[in-house]
Amino acid sequence: MSNPVIKCESVYKIFGENAKKMLQDSNGNVDAKTFQENGCIVGVNNASFEVSKGEMLVVMGLSGSGKSTLLRCISRLTDATDGKIFIEGQDLLSLKNKELIELRRNKMGMVFQSFALLPHKTVVENIAFPLQIKGIKTEDSISKAMDMVKLVGLDGRENYFPRELSGGQQQRVGIARSLAVEPDIWFLDEPFSALDPLIRKEMQDEFLRLQDKLQKTIMFITHDFDEALKLADRIAIMKDGIIEQLDTPANIVLNPATEYVRKFTEEVPREKVLLIEDVMDPSTTDNLGDLKVLKDEIIENVAEKILTQEKSVAVLDNKNKIVGSINPTKIINTVFGGRKNNN
Amino acid sequence: MEFIKKYPKLFQWLFLLIVFFGLCFAIDVPETYKFIRGQAEFVKDPNQSFYIFLGKEVRYYAFDVFWRLPPLLGWLPIWINDSLFFLMNEWMPIEFWNEDTQEFRTRPLVLQISRNLTAFMTFLIELIREILLGGLETIVVFTSWDWIDKNPWAELPGLPWTIVAAGSAILAYKLSGKGLALFAGLVMVYISIFGQWKPSMQTLSFILVAAPLSFIFGLGLGIAAFKSKRVEKALYPILLVMQTMPQYAVLVPALVLFGVGDQAAVIVTMVVAVPPMILLTILGLRAIPPEVIEAGKMSGCNNWQLMFKVLIPTARRDILIGVNQVIMVCFSMAVISAFIGAKGLGFNLLLALNQLNIGLALEAGLCISLIAILLDKMSLAWANKQTDYFGNLTFFQRNKNILFFAATVIIGIILAYAGTFLFKGSYNYLFEVPHNKGISTADFWNKGVDWIFDTFFVYIKAFNTWLIQDVLQPMRALYLRMPVVATLVLVVGAGYLIGGIRSALVVCGLTLFIALSPWWDRALVTAYMATFGVIVSCIIGFTVGTLCFQNKHSASFMLGVCDIFQTFPSFVYLIPVMMLFGITDTSVLIAVIVYATIPATRYTIEGLRSVPVGLHDAATMSGVNKFQRLTKIEFPLAFPHMMLGLNQTIVFALFMVIIGAFIGTEDLGQYILKALSDKKGAGIGFTLGICVAFIGLIFDNLIRTWVEKRKKHLGIN
Ligand SMILES: Nc1ncnc2c1ncn2[C@@H]1O[C@H](COP(=O)(O)OP(=O)(O)OP(=O)(O)O)[C@@H](O)[C@H]1O
Ligand SMILES: [Mg+2]
Repeated sequence: MSNPVIKCESVYKIFGENAKKMLQDSNGNVDAKTFQENGCIVGVNNASFEVSKGEMLVVMGLSGSGKSTLLRCISRLTDATDGKIFIEGQDLLSLKNKELIELRRNKMGMVFQSFALLPHKTVVENIAFPLQIKGIKTEDSISKAMDMVKLVGLDGRENYFPRELSGGQQQRVGIARSLAVEPDIWFLDEPFSALDPLIRKEMQDEFLRLQDKLQKTIMFITHDFDEALKLADRIAIMKDGIIEQLDTPANIVLNPATEYVRKFTEEVPREKVLLIEDVMDPSTTDNLGDLKVLKDEIIENVAEKILTQEKSVAVLDNKNKIVGSINPTKIINTVFGGRKNNN
Repeated sequence: MEFIKKYPKLFQWLFLLIVFFGLCFAIDVPETYKFIRGQAEFVKDPNQSFYIFLGKEVRYYAFDVFWRLPPLLGWLPIWINDSLFFLMNEWMPIEFWNEDTQEFRTRPLVLQISRNLTAFMTFLIELIREILLGGLETIVVFTSWDWIDKNPWAELPGLPWTIVAAGSAILAYKLSGKGLALFAGLVMVYISIFGQWKPSMQTLSFILVAAPLSFIFGLGLGIAAFKSKRVEKALYPILLVMQTMPQYAVLVPALVLFGVGDQAAVIVTMVVAVPPMILLTILGLRAIPPEVIEAGKMSGCNNWQLMFKVLIPTARRDILIGVNQVIMVCFSMAVISAFIGAKGLGFNLLLALNQLNIGLALEAGLCISLIAILLDKMSLAWANKQTDYFGNLTFFQRNKNILFFAATVIIGIILAYAGTFLFKGSYNYLFEVPHNKGISTADFWNKGVDWIFDTFFVYIKAFNTWLIQDVLQPMRALYLRMPVVATLVLVVGAGYLIGGIRSALVVCGLTLFIALSPWWDRALVTAYMATFGVIVSCIIGFTVGTLCFQNKHSASFMLGVCDIFQTFPSFVYLIPVMMLFGITDTSVLIAVIVYATIPATRYTIEGLRSVPVGLHDAATMSGVNKFQRLTKIEFPLAFPHMMLGLNQTIVFALFMVIIGAFIGTEDLGQYILKALSDKKGAGIGFTLGICVAFIGLIFDNLIRTWVEKRKKHLGIN
């Protein structure tokens, strides 16, 4: 965390005529209700966090909780009402227009919730657009865009117009467009929500593979907890503009910081979140069966194996040293047992 | 009581109507007013006794106020005239360097600006004109008359028509394909062999200056208004008035400011053509989803790129409608500005109409319409053009159009040269077919007109007499019989019922302006003609539109027909009706009806089309039949859009009524036409134009307010 790529310090975004003044008067204690009575809508409320290089932060929350607004602030599509935002150490809000354009051209990519394709350009032109804006020659940008078209599986449709594509296909164009400039920082606003389950899974896998290779810094918005668990390094949960909790998936499920987060995560299948490490019994290391599992395996992946055993199963760390054990009943408890009484 | 509670609106309207008619019956024509047939209006009895009030002769009795308001705004035209004169001749004298005399001269600022502007326009027009037709003025601008005397070779020879024809076909091919290329070629050949080459090229050079300039200015101002609220606020009232201002009326002040000729015509045309372009640009830019703009920003666009690579292309649909309007207006003005001395087809058309030579008028009208359609289609094709990135083209393929054009130029020149030998002693038909040396069908048409007259004279005459005596004159009498108070009550009441106090005030102000001007009676006549035209147009348009909507193909076909008809310059509509009905009010009204039916039909079809398909299916599934679906679902939902069509219909009808003055109607238009030939007519013409614009705006305001409310009620945007 020494050199965070994105760093927010008490970022506020409040919509409305006299938002600035109201915010000053409130001394940082923003209450959505009182603001609303005065004609202001709170978009983001005191957000402070950091995202380090190569990390993927997933933002979740109900509709209208301010996720998109937070992303817009960090990409400076809207100016935050108050607070500081640093991108790779640069103060985003003090950037001049030119520097901001440079930053966007070279460092940032964004996928929009409603696709936001240019209706007058074909698929390949849409994807090549950011490249051409950068001043890259038409031929080069088109050939690069064609690679992207293949990457998102739209080959054969490169000359279609957005209106001739389904929602999912349009979103894939949006993804390809944001990837074309190979940004270091990637903002994705519900990128996969318009896709059908099959393609969504494919795209998620592809996305993970890419991320493994490219190590981009990513902020990702989704409504789908499964997706969040699959992708996230950390998850932020928002409510009425406030980040209620920002932590690793396991911690969010195991130690919800607020009542809201607890409710939010109630239905989450634990076995998908928790690692063996989280539920193992570190005290017992003898009288174990033959089967051995790694401690940072997700429970879901090894549950079946463990359940075929009668004895407890040995848990190994990275150096093949036994660090604890796990009992099949423990697995059963975790998967099917009362989710409400933790652990 | 139950009934009243259930339909309060209906009751209010009934009440309003009762009050209106009550007032009409209660207020008699005052003795001091006499209806003069020759002037078609009520005028003050000149023998009326007067009294002295504050040392002035007053012929106006306080009680007359209910019947007609005093012409308190009579000073306005005179004031406008004087101000214009002052601006042009006295205001801000500044020293300017004069190239010709090599000395400083004092000139009023506005005059100088106007001179420079017209000089610039003249240069542009002459440049294009001389490329097409030949001439030496462009060369002179860069050199001098002396120089050209010594070097006569430098005079531009003009392009042979063969090259222009082939060139436009190649251009059309490049833009769209074989179909348009064929059309372009045929149009050009037609123009040439029918001996309309010279006037056509004159008109074309006029359009090629006026249309692009209007487009650029309109787009620019539209962007400015989109970016700055203040600019928009300043522009908006002007735009509104200009939308309903008849084109004649703009000519008159322009005459004073810019003189006569093509250059003045270009400026007037821009004044008329720029406002719709601005409005449509703003409309298009507003409709862009914010996320598209954000996507542009995230792609790293700077302001310039954002505007020209994201915003404008995304708003293309509306901007294209704007281009279409610009072209339409330009061609309309190409004809109308013949009144202030623009050369070309319009001039020929007016001349022919004046001499009642229908055949010649028809030929000129056809030419100008064909060119209008061609330019409209070409501009559309240009905007919709796609680039192909994937074809591996050879040098020849990539440049084949240019190569072809080069070839045609060479062939054309050789042909023209050969022509000098071929047609020795007569005209070189391979260079240019002179006016009235081409094939002319004028005689044929004139004979046709004569034949129609001879054969159907009795019926036409009978129809004419019936219409005028039994329909039009009673209707006009009724309109003129309305006391001004009753009219005000009706209009303001309608405004209040539709849009509340705000609307009522706006409408009241507009009506008062007309009532206080010296031309209230004329305005009533204009309103009566427009009303008649609008009613018939709407009945036809709504019926035709609804019928065509029943079938997908016929709907598209009808929209195409509307497109083409809309491109015709408005004056052209007068030709066939004069052919059939001669110089009567009937002719004008029929032209009005034909012209105004276009928007009525178009908006009906578009409105019905815009009903969401989902609703359609849902209705079908719940088992309604076609008729029920139409009356219960499609009409109510499409009605707001259809009302916007009504709005357009009214504007179109008003325009045509005013243009009809050329045939000799007795309305505001007649006075505008008079003002054109009056030295001090500028103020009068302009005020009259404002009066017409205000009639349009009254309806515009009422209809728009109603539509907004209705749309909100229905939850559509
Ligand atoms: N331009 C704006 N003007 C006023 N209020 C806005 C604006 N944009 C967003 N809001 C408000 O800010 C709040 C947060 O909106 P935001 O779009 O960030 O929600 P979200 O979490 O992305 O929701 P969703 O999941 O539906 O996309 C909402 O209450 C919204 O009404
Ligand atoms: Mg959102």
